[in-house]
Amino acid sequence: MAAGPYSEKVMEHFMNPRNVGEIENADGVGEVGNPACGDMMRLYVKVEAGKVSDAKFRTFGCGAAIASSSMLTEMIKGKTIDEARAITNTQVSDALGGLPEVKIHCSVMAEEAVKAALDDYSKKHPG
Amino acid sequence: MAHIFFDHISTTPVDPRVIEAMLPYFGEKYGNPASHIHDLGQTALRSLDAARGSVARMVGAQPGEIVFTSGATEANNLAIKGAAAGSKDRRHIIVSEVEHFSVLNALLPLRASGFETTVLHVDHDGRVDPDDVRKAIRPDTLLVSVMHANAEIGTIQPVSEIGRIARERGVLFHTDATASAGHIPVDVEAIGADLLTLSAHNFYGPKGIGAIYVRKGTRLESMLDGGFQEGGYRAGTENVPGIVGMAAAAEIAMAESVGWADRLAPLGRQLWDGLEASIPLLHFTGHPKERLPGHVSFWVEHAEGESLLLLLNMQGVMAASGSACSSNLRGHDEEDLVASTVLKAIGVPSDICTGSVTFSMGKDNTGADVAHVLSVLPAIVSRLREMSPTWLDYQKQQGG
Ligand code: FES
Repeated sequence: MAAGPYSEKVMEHFMNPRNVGEIENADGVGEVGNPACGDMMRLYVKVEAGKVSDAKFRTFGCGAAIASSSMLTEMIKGKTIDEARAITNTQVSDALGGLPEVKIHCSVMAEEAVKAALDDYSKKHPG
Repeated sequence: MAHIFFDHISTTPVDPRVIEAMLPYFGEKYGNPASHIHDLGQTALRSLDAARGSVARMVGAQPGEIVFTSGATEANNLAIKGAAAGSKDRRHIIVSEVEHFSVLNALLPLRASGFETTVLHVDHDGRVDPDDVRKAIRPDTLLVSVMHANAEIGTIQPVSEIGRIARERGVLFHTDATASAGHIPVDVEAIGADLLTLSAHNFYGPKGIGAIYVRKGTRLESMLDGGFQEGGYRAGTENVPGIVGMAAAAEIAMAESVGWADRLAPLGRQLWDGLEASIPLLHFTGHPKERLPGHVSFWVEHAEGESLLLLLNMQGVMAASGSACSSNLRGHDEEDLVASTVLKAIGVPSDICTGSVTFSMGKDNTGADVAHVLSVLPAIVSRLREMSPTWLDYQKQQGG
């Protein structure tokens, strides 16, 4: 497969992104952007019994941003809120087989999106 | 899978006839032109002279006015810094904001040493207004440097008018013809250039070789200390195989480039019309008419440039983008990702959702290539838009 500048794993997620879309009546929605390149990620989560039961995303951005978004949704599904919150961008990029240095911030966007979505969840579901 | 190279503005394949012309100069005719008492040196020297003649003819110059360099970057550096070093008391240089980095960055050390510079704005089509050049010229202006054609947006500058103005005011005129030479007519007299940059790999010659035209009588200081090669303008043993290759490419271009342009201009038109008809929210960049043949550049809303290129590549189409995300993948941090200065100059918003693409066709592209691109690109754009939150919002706004 023609991979260009990315690992095969990144290209695989970029070409076949998991969980693209939106969740109607999501329990939490997080939107983060990167003013440097104008990129944006919106993450929807569904929470059941204290666990992330579903996650979907829409992303405007480069190959690394789309692959990070896709990988992230896979990683948080089934995790408790605390576990999902603890996911770091390094874990996302490691799971993708690494990203070029200049593209690390695209995985940061994914990390920030989970936090934003779970913050939104906490706000909507206090206590 | 398709294999369609639509990135000729970054480089071109070396014509097989060029390769054939070069080959003997590696293992057989390997003499050094500077050591020309013996036969091998004499052969090299004669080949060098003949090559200089070919490149000179390509741009309507005299052979003695061609200086071979390692490429366009060196030629641009020599034009700017060499002219500055050769100047007694003129300390002002005028350039356009869409010049190549080898022109813009060559100004940095000059500014530090007391030169003043005026960077001219371009209009929405990427063109410099010759009147702005006229207004910017001061009594102490040394040089005006405006490129012939822009690689990224294809726009051809009104260089003849700018050259005339510079001449009237006794100011040197440099033009970077990297993107244009070998594709559209380039004539130093018609342009009124005193200095003109050429790059062989942009017209089916090899990489690592270029030239600068230096009008007879122009004061230019060499930048390398060494021997007396290239009329004293460029020290170092000449890249004879490269020079022979550049000359062969120049001969081919002189004989065939009018035919290439006649074929590529309508193909470019076809691609332009096809894109316009099939992709909503697509905006062309550069001048609609005054542009390189077979060059089509645009940006689309709600689809990012790097993602577009990756998906095009998966369909066998190789193109370029000026989007920040695709700018410098070998850099060290996100500071190395910057949207193209050319796109900023023509007012393309860099902070919203833009994906810019430059398609540049070459002599071997066909109508079938255009048809293939038109058959895959709309789906690629839709696919990325479907994934984009901004597209979703846009559609909700439209009530759809
Ligand atoms: S999203 Fe812009 S560089 Fe990754």
